[in-house]
Amino acid sequence: MEGLIPYITEAREDTGLTNGKIGIWLFLASEIMLFGAFFATYIVMRMGAEHWPHGWEDQNVPLGTLNTLVLITSSVTMVMAWASLERDDLKKFQMFGAATVALGFAFLGIKYIEYTSHFHEGMYPGTNNYLAVYFTMTGLHGLHVVCGMVVNGYLTATGKSYWDAGERQLLINRVENAGLFWHFVDIVWIFLFPVLYLL
Amino acid sequence: MENQAVSHAAADIDKQVRGYMVVFGTLLALTVITVGVSYMHLPLHAAVGVALAIACFKASLVLLFFMHLISERQLIFVILAFTVGFFMVLMFLPILTNLDHIHI
Repeated sequence: MEGLIPYITEAREDTGLTNGKIGIWLFLASEIMLFGAFFATYIVMRMGAEHWPHGWEDQNVPLGTLNTLVLITSSVTMVMAWASLERDDLKKFQMFGAATVALGFAFLGIKYIEYTSHFHEGMYPGTNNYLAVYFTMTGLHGLHVVCGMVVNGYLTATGKSYWDAGERQLLINRVENAGLFWHFVDIVWIFLFPVLYLL
Repeated sequence: MENQAVSHAAADIDKQVRGYMVVFGTLLALTVITVGVSYMHLPLHAAVGVALAIACFKASLVLLFFMHLISERQLIFVILAFTVGFFMVLMFLPILTNLDHIHI
């Protein structure tokens, strides 16, 4: 593995980091700019609007709060999956990894309930600018949740084969990098929730 | 010697896990506080200030502890410093649209 892409298991001497970790942070930097552009769009539209609905007028705040708690809990299970590998406990890694994916499903399930409720009430992305921003930003965020679940599911399912092949450190690094993405998705929601539901 | 190093590493992870639980509790509490404040229906500027202050604090906790920035290498901070700079430009550019005094 180390021969194909250098420094994915051991840190480079000059940076003190694996190439994988530098790569994921650069990717997250681009993601910050992507979501930043949408937040800037929201600011422009809200500041320029004569009337802008309060999020709590259109949204189900208790459901949004529940989803926030679900995503925060999934961040904890994610970091516990990484810590379990550091403790050489593959079983707990698999348990926490599966819990993280399950919480991802729970988040998407709640989002599905919210979306269908909006559609039943005739609220669509084209209804007004607030709903356009709401559906675009939560939709993009949901897409990120799906991507994170795919990666976390893959690492959870294949963790044992890494372990059996003696690639413990490679697995730890990949789980840490997948975790960095998952926590970023959590941070985006930490801002989306008050902006779209509470203000 | 090797066993001693392993037990030190295990103790370090145990300490980190205890920290994760404290951060978890804090994040849950701050979420409840954010929602509670929103039900007070403060004036918009105050509501935005409180909500964003709490969100920034929550994000900092996730970054520092769950994403390990508290013990990260310098290169990551260099990457993040550039990102924060460009992000700020992106956030403050829209404000310029409200400073158009010549009404183009």
